[in-house]
Amino acid sequence: MTNKIIITLTCILLVTAFTSCVNLKEYQKNRINDSEMALGNRKVEKNELNFQSYREAASGANAGKTGGGCGCN
Amino acid sequence: MKKIYLTVFGFSMLCRINTYAQTRRDTSNTKPLYNVTQPPNQDSTHYNPRKLRLDEIDFVTSYYTQTGDHSAVTGGIGTESVTDIANGLDLNFVWTGNHQNKNTLAVGLGFDYHTAASQAFVSKTGASSPTGTRIYPSVDWTVESAKTGNTFGVGTYYSNEYNYNSLGTDLHFSVKTDNKNGEFSAKLQGYFDNVTLIYPSEFEPVSTVVTSDKSNGHGGNRDDFGSAPRKTYSAAFGYSQIINSRLQVAILGDVVGQNGFLSLPFHRVYFSNGKDTIERLPSSRFKLPLGFRANYFLGDNIILRSYYRYYADSWGIRANTANLEVVYKISPFFSISPFYRYYQQTAARYFSPYEEASPTEQYFTSNYEYAKFTSQFFGVGFRIAPPAGVFGWQGLHELEIRYGHYAQNTDLMSDVISLSLGFK
Repeated sequence: MTNKIIITLTCILLVTAFTSCVNLKEYQKNRINDSEMALGNRKVEKNELNFQSYREAASGANAGKTGGGCGCN
Repeated sequence: MKKIYLTVFGFSMLCRINTYAQTRRDTSNTKPLYNVTQPPNQDSTHYNPRKLRLDEIDFVTSYYTQTGDHSAVTGGIGTESVTDIANGLDLNFVWTGNHQNKNTLAVGLGFDYHTAASQAFVSKTGASSPTGTRIYPSVDWTVESAKTGNTFGVGTYYSNEYNYNSLGTDLHFSVKTDNKNGEFSAKLQGYFDNVTLIYPSEFEPVSTVVTSDKSNGHGGNRDDFGSAPRKTYSAAFGYSQIINSRLQVAILGDVVGQNGFLSLPFHRVYFSNGKDTIERLPSSRFKLPLGFRANYFLGDNIILRSYYRYYADSWGIRANTANLEVVYKISPFFSISPFYRYYQQTAARYFSPYEEASPTEQYFTSNYEYAKFTSQFFGVGFRIAPPAGVFGWQGLHELEIRYGHYAQNTDLMSDVISLSLGFK
Protein backbone atom coordinates (compact mmCIF):
# COMPACT_ATOMS: atom_id res chain seq x y z
CA MET A 1 0.00 0.00 0.00
CA THR A 2 2.81 2.42 1.01
CA ASN A 3 4.75 1.53 -2.12
CA LYS A 4 1.73 2.23 -4.33
CA ILE A 5 1.32 5.67 -2.75
CA ILE A 6 5.03 6.42 -3.21
CA ILE A 7 4.98 5.28 -6.85
CA THR A 8 1.82 7.30 -7.59
CA LEU A 9 3.25 10.44 -5.98
CA THR A 10 6.54 9.99 -7.85
CA CYS A 11 4.68 9.63 -11.18
CA ILE A 12 2.62 12.78 -10.49
CA LEU A 13 5.78 14.67 -9.56
CA LEU A 14 7.61 13.51 -12.68
CA VAL A 15 4.74 14.33 -15.04
CA THR A 16 4.33 17.78 -13.46
CA ALA A 17 8.05 18.44 -13.61
CA PHE A 18 8.65 17.32 -17.17
CA THR A 19 5.62 19.14 -18.58
CA SER A 20 6.70 22.43 -17.04
CA CYS A 21 10.22 22.54 -18.50
CA VAL A 22 11.59 25.93 -19.51
CA ASN A 23 13.99 26.17 -22.44
CA LEU A 24 17.01 27.83 -20.80
CA LYS A 25 19.81 29.57 -22.65
CA GLU A 26 23.37 29.00 -21.49
CA TYR A 27 23.57 32.45 -19.84
CA GLN A 28 20.49 31.58 -17.74
CA LYS A 29 22.16 28.54 -16.21
CA ASN A 30 24.33 30.26 -13.58
CA ARG A 31 22.48 28.54 -10.71
CA ILE A 32 22.04 25.22 -12.52
CA ASN A 33 25.78 25.16 -13.30
CA ASP A 34 26.79 25.62 -9.66
CA SER A 35 29.04 22.69 -8.80
CA GLU A 36 26.84 21.69 -5.85
CA MET A 37 23.76 21.50 -8.10
CA ALA A 38 25.30 18.56 -9.97
CA LEU A 39 22.93 15.56 -10.19
CA GLY A 40 25.39 13.07 -8.83
CA ASN A 41 27.29 12.01 -5.78
CA ARG A 42 29.98 14.18 -4.26
CA LYS A 43 33.53 12.89 -4.58
CA VAL A 44 33.82 12.86 -0.80
CA GLU A 45 30.87 10.39 -0.62
CA LYS A 46 32.69 7.68 -2.56
CA ASN A 47 33.69 5.54 0.43
CA GLU A 48 30.34 6.10 2.21
CA LEU A 49 28.54 4.54 -0.76
CA ASN A 50 30.89 1.57 -0.57
CA PHE A 51 30.21 0.80 3.08
CA GLN A 52 26.45 1.24 2.58
CA SER A 53 26.48 -1.28 -0.23
CA TYR A 54 28.20 -3.81 2.10
CA ARG A 55 25.88 -3.29 5.09
CA GLU A 56 22.61 -3.06 3.15
CA ALA A 57 21.11 -5.38 0.56
CA ALA A 58 20.02 -2.62 -1.82
CA SER A 59 22.45 -1.03 -4.25
CA GLY A 60 22.43 0.73 -7.60
CA ALA A 61 20.57 3.61 -9.24
CA ASN A 62 23.00 6.02 -7.61
CA ALA A 63 26.06 5.68 -9.84
CA GLY A 64 27.56 3.45 -7.14
CA LYS A 65 28.66 -0.07 -7.77
CA THR A 66 26.24 -2.94 -8.17
CA GLY A 67 28.78 -5.75 -8.12
CA GLY A 68 32.46 -6.46 -8.04
CA GLY A 69 34.87 -6.35 -5.14
CA CYS A 70 33.98 -7.88 -1.81
CA GLY A 71 34.93 -5.70 1.16
CA CYS A 72 32.53 -7.76 3.15
CA ASN A 73 34.33 -7.78 6.48
CA MET B 1 42.95 -14.77 -19.56
CA LYS B 2 43.04 -11.74 -17.26
CA LYS B 3 46.62 -10.98 -18.29
CA ILE B 4 45.63 -11.06 -21.97
CA TYR B 5 42.64 -8.82 -21.30
CA LEU B 6 44.71 -6.27 -19.33
CA THR B 7 47.53 -6.34 -21.88
CA VAL B 8 45.18 -5.71 -24.83
CA PHE B 9 43.34 -2.93 -23.00
CA GLY B 10 46.59 -1.24 -21.88
CA PHE B 11 48.07 -1.54 -25.38
CA SER B 12 44.98 0.03 -26.98
CA MET B 13 45.14 2.92 -24.51
CA LEU B 14 48.83 3.51 -25.27
CA CYS B 15 48.14 3.38 -29.01
CA ARG B 16 45.40 5.96 -28.62
CA ILE B 17 47.78 8.40 -26.93
CA ASN B 18 50.85 7.70 -29.03
CA THR B 19 49.01 7.75 -32.37
CA TYR B 20 48.23 11.37 -31.73
CA ALA B 21 51.84 12.09 -30.74
CA GLN B 22 53.09 10.60 -34.02
CA THR B 23 50.74 12.53 -36.29
CA ARG B 24 51.15 16.00 -34.86
CA ARG B 25 53.86 18.12 -36.48
CA ASP B 26 55.86 20.16 -34.01
CA THR B 27 55.75 23.74 -35.32
CA SER B 28 56.69 25.49 -32.11
CA ASN B 29 60.20 26.29 -33.29
CA THR B 30 59.38 27.27 -36.87
CA LYS B 31 56.67 29.87 -36.31
CA PRO B 32 57.49 33.39 -35.05
CA LEU B 33 55.42 34.45 -32.06
CA TYR B 34 54.33 37.71 -33.72
CA ASN B 35 54.94 39.29 -37.13
CA VAL B 36 53.74 42.82 -38.00
CA THR B 37 53.64 42.02 -41.72
CA GLN B 38 51.18 39.16 -41.30
CA PRO B 39 47.83 39.41 -39.48
CA PRO B 40 47.10 36.70 -36.91
CA ASN B 41 45.15 33.68 -38.08
CA GLN B 42 41.47 34.52 -37.55
CA ASP B 43 40.13 31.12 -38.58
CA SER B 44 38.49 29.76 -35.44
CA THR B 45 37.70 26.44 -37.13
CA HIS B 46 41.39 25.69 -37.66
CA TYR B 47 42.37 22.23 -36.39
CA ASN B 48 44.29 22.88 -33.21
CA PRO B 49 44.93 19.75 -31.22
CA ARG B 50 46.17 20.16 -27.67
CA LYS B 51 48.72 17.97 -26.01
CA LEU B 52 47.90 15.43 -23.38
CA ARG B 53 48.01 17.20 -20.03
CA LEU B 54 47.20 16.35 -16.44
CA ASP B 55 44.01 18.32 -15.80
CA GLU B 56 43.00 17.29 -12.31
CA ILE B 57 44.04 15.09 -9.41
CA ASP B 58 41.49 13.94 -6.84
CA PHE B 59 42.41 12.31 -3.58
CA VAL B 60 39.80 10.88 -1.20
CA THR B 61 40.62 9.29 2.13
CA SER B 62 38.21 7.94 4.77
CA TYR B 63 38.36 6.48 8.23
CA TYR B 64 35.50 4.12 9.10
CA THR B 65 34.79 2.50 12.44
CA GLN B 66 31.93 0.13 13.29
CA THR B 67 30.48 -1.79 16.21
CA GLY B 68 27.76 -4.44 16.21
CA ASP B 69 26.83 -7.84 17.52
CA HIS B 70 25.51 -9.89 14.61
CA SER B 71 28.52 -11.12 12.65
CA ALA B 72 27.82 -13.44 9.73
CA VAL B 73 31.13 -15.25 10.36
CA THR B 74 29.82 -16.50 13.70
CA GLY B 75 26.31 -17.24 12.48
CA GLY B 76 24.50 -14.01 13.36
CA ILE B 77 26.00 -13.49 16.81
CA GLY B 78 29.34 -12.08 17.88
CA THR B 79 31.33 -8.94 17.33
CA GLU B 80 31.11 -6.92 14.13
CA SER B 81 33.86 -4.46 15.11
CA VAL B 82 35.56 -3.07 12.03
CA THR B 83 37.96 -0.27 11.28
CA ASP B 84 38.79 0.62 7.71
CA ILE B 85 41.07 3.19 6.13
CA ALA B 86 40.18 3.72 2.46
CA ASN B 87 42.26 5.83 0.09
CA GLY B 88 41.63 6.65 -3.56
CA LEU B 89 43.70 8.66 -6.02
CA ASP B 90 42.32 9.67 -9.44
CA LEU B 91 44.35 11.32 -12.19
CA ASN B 92 42.45 12.94 -15.06
CA PHE B 93 44.39 13.49 -18.28
CA VAL B 94 42.78 15.49 -21.08
CA TRP B 95 43.65 16.26 -24.66
CA THR B 96 41.86 17.61 -27.69
CA GLY B 97 41.56 15.33 -30.65
CA ASN B 98 39.95 15.47 -34.08
CA HIS B 99 37.10 17.98 -34.51
CA GLN B 100 38.08 19.59 -31.18
CA ASN B 101 36.60 16.64 -29.31
CA LYS B 102 37.68 16.48 -25.69
CA ASN B 103 39.30 13.24 -24.59
CA THR B 104 39.61 12.34 -20.91
CA LEU B 105 41.67 9.49 -19.56
CA ALA B 106 40.92 8.83 -15.89
CA VAL B 107 43.41 6.62 -14.09
CA GLY B 108 42.53 5.61 -10.54
CA LEU B 109 44.16 3.65 -7.75
CA GLY B 110 42.54 2.70 -4.46
CA PHE B 111 44.03 1.10 -1.38
CA ASP B 112 42.13 0.00 1.76
CA TYR B 113 43.37 -1.46 5.02
CA HIS B 114 40.91 -2.98 7.47
CA THR B 115 40.73 -4.81 10.76
CA ALA B 116 37.62 -6.94 11.35
CA ALA B 117 37.31 -8.70 14.69
CA SER B 118 34.95 -11.35 13.30
CA GLN B 119 37.47 -12.31 10.60
CA ALA B 120 39.63 -13.86 13.33
CA PHE B 121 36.81 -16.36 13.91
CA VAL B 122 37.05 -17.94 10.49
CA SER B 123 39.19 -20.20 12.62
CA LYS B 124 37.04 -21.73 15.36
CA THR B 125 39.60 -20.65 17.97
CA GLY B 126 39.75 -17.03 16.81
CA ALA B 127 43.32 -17.47 15.59
CA SER B 128 42.85 -16.21 12.01
CA SER B 129 44.23 -12.86 10.98
CA PRO B 130 41.78 -10.00 11.66
CA THR B 131 43.44 -7.67 9.14
CA GLY B 132 43.34 -7.36 5.38
CA THR B 133 44.04 -5.07 2.45
CA ARG B 134 42.31 -4.35 -0.82
CA ILE B 135 43.84 -2.72 -3.89
CA TYR B 136 41.76 -1.54 -6.84
CA PRO B 137 43.14 0.22 -9.93
CA SER B 138 40.90 1.56 -12.72
CA VAL B 139 41.19 3.17 -16.16
CA ASP B 140 38.47 5.00 -18.09
CA TRP B 141 38.60 6.77 -21.44
CA THR B 142 35.83 9.18 -22.49
CA VAL B 143 35.52 11.33 -25.59
CA GLU B 144 33.12 14.30 -25.64
CA SER B 145 31.92 15.84 -28.88
CA ALA B 146 32.67 19.58 -29.04
CA LYS B 147 29.68 20.06 -31.31
CA THR B 148 26.93 18.14 -29.50
CA GLY B 149 28.27 17.51 -25.99
CA ASN B 150 27.53 13.79 -26.42
CA THR B 151 30.01 11.38 -24.84
CA PHE B 152 31.25 7.85 -25.40
CA GLY B 153 33.70 5.87 -23.31
CA VAL B 154 35.04 2.58 -22.06
CA GLY B 155 36.52 1.63 -18.71
CA THR B 156 38.05 -1.25 -16.82
CA TYR B 157 38.73 -1.93 -13.14
CA TYR B 158 40.34 -4.55 -10.97
CA SER B 159 40.01 -5.29 -7.27
CA ASN B 160 42.03 -7.71 -5.22
CA GLU B 161 41.89 -8.77 -1.61
CA TYR B 162 42.90 -11.92 0.17
CA ASN B 163 39.75 -13.92 -0.44
CA TYR B 164 38.33 -12.18 -3.49
CA ASN B 165 39.32 -10.71 -6.83
CA SER B 166 37.21 -8.89 -9.35
CA LEU B 167 37.74 -7.77 -12.93
CA GLY B 168 35.25 -5.34 -14.42
CA THR B 169 34.70 -3.54 -17.68
CA ASP B 170 32.14 -1.05 -18.97
CA LEU B 171 30.95 0.85 -21.99
CA HIS B 172 29.11 4.12 -21.47
CA PHE B 173 27.60 6.92 -23.52
CA SER B 174 25.40 9.98 -23.12
CA VAL B 175 23.29 11.96 -25.58
CA LYS B 176 22.10 15.53 -25.00
CA THR B 177 18.81 16.91 -26.28
CA ASP B 178 18.91 19.55 -29.04
CA ASN B 179 18.46 22.41 -26.57
CA LYS B 180 21.07 20.86 -24.23
CA ASN B 181 18.65 20.96 -21.28
CA GLY B 182 18.18 17.19 -21.14
CA GLU B 183 20.56 14.25 -21.28
CA PHE B 184 20.13 10.49 -21.63
CA SER B 185 22.96 8.28 -20.38
CA ALA B 186 23.62 4.56 -20.35
CA LYS B 187 26.33 2.35 -18.90
CA LEU B 188 26.75 -1.36 -19.57
CA GLN B 189 28.95 -3.14 -17.05
CA GLY B 190 30.30 -6.62 -16.49
CA TYR B 191 32.16 -7.91 -13.41
CA PHE B 192 33.99 -11.21 -13.50
CA ASP B 193 34.86 -12.17 -9.94
CA ASN B 194 36.44 -15.08 -8.12
CA VAL B 195 35.62 -16.04 -4.55
CA THR B 196 38.39 -17.93 -2.78
CA LEU B 197 36.82 -20.85 -0.95
CA ILE B 198 38.04 -20.23 2.57
CA TYR B 199 35.79 -22.21 4.90
CA PRO B 200 35.47 -21.96 8.67
CA SER B 201 38.24 -24.12 10.12
CA GLU B 202 35.85 -26.87 11.25
CA PHE B 203 34.54 -27.24 7.67
CA GLU B 204 37.86 -27.03 5.83
CA PRO B 205 38.53 -29.98 3.55
CA VAL B 206 41.44 -31.99 4.96
CA SER B 207 43.55 -31.26 1.86
CA THR B 208 43.62 -27.52 2.64
CA VAL B 209 44.54 -27.73 6.32
CA VAL B 210 48.07 -26.39 6.61
CA THR B 211 50.13 -27.10 9.64
CA SER B 212 53.52 -25.82 8.44
CA ASP B 213 54.80 -22.23 8.57
CA LYS B 214 53.07 -21.66 5.19
CA SER B 215 50.07 -20.69 7.26
CA ASN B 216 49.18 -17.03 6.85
CA GLY B 217 46.74 -16.60 9.64
CA HIS B 218 43.74 -17.82 7.70
CA GLY B 219 44.59 -21.47 8.20
CA GLY B 220 46.25 -22.01 4.84
CA ASN B 221 47.92 -20.47 1.81
CA ARG B 222 45.54 -18.96 -0.75
CA ASP B 223 46.90 -21.24 -3.44
CA ASP B 224 45.77 -24.22 -1.37
CA PHE B 225 42.09 -23.24 -1.63
CA GLY B 226 39.86 -23.54 -4.61
CA SER B 227 37.83 -20.67 -5.99
CA ALA B 228 34.41 -20.18 -7.50
CA PRO B 229 33.28 -17.64 -10.11
CA ARG B 230 30.70 -14.90 -9.65
CA LYS B 231 29.51 -12.81 -12.61
CA THR B 232 27.55 -9.57 -12.54
CA TYR B 233 26.04 -7.85 -15.58
CA SER B 234 24.32 -4.52 -15.29
CA ALA B 235 22.76 -1.86 -17.49
CA ALA B 236 22.37 1.54 -15.84
CA PHE B 237 20.16 4.15 -17.51
CA GLY B 238 19.55 7.76 -16.58
CA TYR B 239 17.72 10.76 -17.92
CA SER B 240 18.34 14.24 -16.49
CA GLN B 241 16.34 17.35 -17.31
CA ILE B 242 16.64 21.03 -16.43
CA ILE B 243 13.12 22.09 -15.41
CA ASN B 244 13.82 25.79 -14.88
CA SER B 245 16.67 28.05 -13.80
CA ARG B 246 16.52 26.65 -10.24
CA LEU B 247 15.45 23.03 -10.58
CA GLN B 248 16.87 19.98 -12.28
CA VAL B 249 15.83 16.34 -11.91
CA ALA B 250 17.04 12.91 -12.96
CA ILE B 251 15.44 9.48 -13.25
CA LEU B 252 17.80 6.53 -12.78
CA GLY B 253 17.27 2.83 -13.31
CA ASP B 254 19.54 -0.20 -13.24
CA VAL B 255 18.91 -3.75 -14.37
CA VAL B 256 21.36 -6.12 -12.67
CA GLY B 257 21.81 -9.86 -13.07
CA GLN B 258 24.22 -11.99 -11.03
CA ASN B 259 25.12 -15.63 -11.25
CA GLY B 260 27.67 -17.98 -9.77
CA PHE B 261 28.79 -18.40 -6.17
CA LEU B 262 26.80 -15.63 -4.43
CA SER B 263 27.29 -16.70 -0.82
CA LEU B 264 30.50 -16.44 1.18
CA PRO B 265 32.07 -19.70 2.34
CA PHE B 266 33.22 -18.47 5.75
CA HIS B 267 29.74 -17.38 6.88
CA ARG B 268 28.31 -19.87 9.39
CA VAL B 269 24.65 -20.74 9.90
CA TYR B 270 23.38 -22.41 13.10
CA PHE B 271 20.23 -24.47 12.65
CA SER B 272 17.37 -24.72 15.11
CA ASN B 273 18.54 -28.27 15.96
CA GLY B 274 21.88 -26.92 17.22
CA LYS B 275 23.98 -28.12 14.27
CA ASP B 276 25.88 -25.68 12.11
CA THR B 277 26.97 -25.39 8.49
CA ILE B 278 28.00 -22.68 6.04
CA GLU B 279 25.76 -20.13 4.33
CA ARG B 280 24.03 -21.35 1.17
CA LEU B 281 22.35 -18.93 -1.25
CA PRO B 282 20.91 -19.32 -4.77
CA SER B 283 23.30 -19.14 -7.71
CA SER B 284 21.43 -16.30 -9.40
CA ARG B 285 19.99 -12.96 -8.37
CA PHE B 286 18.16 -10.26 -10.28
CA LYS B 287 18.11 -6.68 -8.94
CA LEU B 288 16.00 -3.73 -10.02
CA PRO B 289 16.78 -0.37 -8.39
CA LEU B 290 14.92 2.75 -9.57
CA GLY B 291 16.02 6.19 -8.42
CA PHE B 292 14.99 9.81 -8.62
CA ARG B 293 17.06 12.92 -7.91
CA ALA B 294 15.93 16.53 -7.67
CA ASN B 295 18.18 19.49 -6.87
CA TYR B 296 16.66 22.90 -6.18
CA PHE B 297 18.39 26.27 -5.73
CA LEU B 298 16.37 28.02 -3.03
CA GLY B 299 16.94 31.79 -2.81
CA ASP B 300 20.53 32.89 -3.27
CA ASN B 301 22.46 30.63 -0.94
CA ILE B 302 20.60 27.38 -0.22
CA ILE B 303 20.61 24.25 -2.38
CA LEU B 304 18.35 21.29 -1.62
CA ARG B 305 19.76 18.00 -2.87
CA SER B 306 17.26 15.13 -2.67
CA TYR B 307 17.31 11.48 -3.66
CA TYR B 308 14.87 8.59 -3.49
CA ARG B 309 15.35 4.94 -4.52
CA TYR B 310 13.07 1.95 -4.65
CA TYR B 311 14.79 -1.43 -4.83
CA ALA B 312 13.49 -4.94 -5.49
CA ASP B 313 15.33 -8.21 -6.07
CA SER B 314 14.58 -11.85 -6.77
CA TRP B 315 15.53 -12.91 -3.23
CA GLY B 316 12.44 -11.13 -1.89
CA ILE B 317 14.10 -7.95 -0.64
CA ARG B 318 12.27 -4.65 -1.06
CA ALA B 319 13.95 -1.44 0.06
CA ASN B 320 13.36 2.30 0.14
CA THR B 321 16.07 4.94 0.48
CA ALA B 322 15.44 8.67 0.97
CA ASN B 323 18.16 11.27 1.28
CA LEU B 324 18.08 15.04 1.79
CA GLU B 325 21.07 17.34 1.94
CA VAL B 326 20.74 21.07 2.59
CA VAL B 327 23.68 23.03 1.25
CA TYR B 328 24.05 26.44 2.87
CA LYS B 329 26.46 28.70 1.01
CA ILE B 330 28.09 31.03 3.51
CA SER B 331 29.95 32.52 0.53
CA PRO B 332 30.18 31.42 -3.11
CA PHE B 333 33.28 29.46 -2.15
CA PHE B 334 32.42 28.04 1.26
CA SER B 335 29.43 25.88 2.15
CA ILE B 336 28.12 23.76 5.01
CA SER B 337 25.90 20.77 4.17
CA PRO B 338 23.99 18.88 6.84
CA PHE B 339 22.42 15.68 5.48
CA TYR B 340 20.00 12.94 6.55
CA ARG B 341 19.41 9.53 4.95
CA TYR B 342 16.71 7.03 5.86
CA TYR B 343 16.82 3.43 4.66
CA GLN B 344 14.39 0.55 5.15
CA GLN B 345 14.49 -3.01 3.80
CA THR B 346 12.53 -6.23 4.14
CA ALA B 347 14.33 -9.53 4.79
CA ALA B 348 15.47 -11.94 2.11
CA ARG B 349 13.40 -15.10 2.15
CA TYR B 350 16.53 -17.09 3.06
CA PHE B 351 17.45 -15.11 6.19
CA SER B 352 17.16 -16.53 9.69
CA PRO B 353 18.74 -15.29 12.91
CA TYR B 354 21.09 -17.44 15.02
CA GLU B 355 19.74 -20.96 15.63
CA GLU B 356 16.48 -20.29 13.81
CA ALA B 357 17.26 -21.67 10.34
CA SER B 358 15.58 -24.93 9.44
CA PRO B 359 17.87 -27.75 8.21
CA THR B 360 15.16 -28.75 5.73
CA GLU B 361 15.47 -25.46 3.81
CA GLN B 362 17.41 -25.43 0.55
CA TYR B 363 18.97 -21.99 1.15
CA PHE B 364 19.87 -20.23 4.40
CA THR B 365 21.94 -17.33 5.72
CA SER B 366 22.37 -15.48 9.01
CA ASN B 367 24.05 -12.49 7.38
CA TYR B 368 22.24 -9.41 8.72
CA GLU B 369 22.80 -7.64 5.39
CA TYR B 370 19.74 -9.67 4.33
CA ALA B 371 17.69 -9.10 7.51
CA LYS B 372 14.72 -6.79 7.91
CA PHE B 373 15.95 -3.48 9.33
CA THR B 374 15.89 0.28 9.11
CA SER B 375 18.89 2.58 9.24
CA GLN B 376 19.56 6.26 9.63
CA PHE B 377 22.64 8.13 8.47
CA PHE B 378 23.21 11.77 9.29
CA GLY B 379 26.08 14.21 9.50
CA VAL B 380 27.56 17.33 8.00
CA GLY B 381 29.95 18.26 5.21
CA PHE B 382 32.12 21.32 4.55
CA ARG B 383 33.33 22.46 1.16
CA ILE B 384 35.94 25.13 0.44
CA ALA B 385 36.77 26.12 -3.15
CA PRO B 386 38.14 29.70 -3.28
CA PRO B 387 39.33 31.03 -6.68
CA ALA B 388 42.79 31.74 -5.27
CA GLY B 389 43.10 28.15 -4.05
CA VAL B 390 42.55 26.60 -0.62
CA PHE B 391 44.80 28.26 2.00
CA GLY B 392 46.12 30.45 -0.83
CA TRP B 393 47.62 27.43 -2.58
CA GLN B 394 46.56 27.81 -6.22
CA GLY B 395 47.05 24.12 -7.00
CA LEU B 396 44.54 22.96 -4.38
CA HIS B 397 41.26 24.18 -5.83
CA GLU B 398 38.81 22.25 -3.64
CA LEU B 399 38.68 20.72 -0.19
CA GLU B 400 35.76 18.76 1.26
CA ILE B 401 35.39 17.21 4.71
CA ARG B 402 32.38 15.12 5.65
CA TYR B 403 31.41 13.28 8.82
CA GLY B 404 28.50 10.86 9.16
CA HIS B 405 27.01 8.66 11.89
CA TYR B 406 25.18 5.50 10.81
CA ALA B 407 22.80 3.48 12.99
CA GLN B 408 20.77 0.35 12.18
CA ASN B 409 18.01 -0.92 14.43
CA THR B 410 19.97 -4.20 14.56
CA ASP B 411 22.40 -2.34 16.90
CA LEU B 412 25.04 -1.94 14.21
CA MET B 413 26.55 1.55 14.50
CA SER B 414 29.33 3.22 12.61
CA ASP B 415 31.07 6.54 12.07
CA VAL B 416 32.86 7.67 8.95
CA ILE B 417 34.93 10.75 8.27
CA SER B 418 36.15 11.56 4.77
CA LEU B 419 38.49 14.11 3.25
CA SER B 420 38.54 14.97 -0.44
CA LEU B 421 41.21 17.12 -2.07
CA GLY B 422 41.04 18.37 -5.64
CA PHE B 423 44.23 19.58 -7.35
CA LYS B 424 44.48 21.33 -10.71
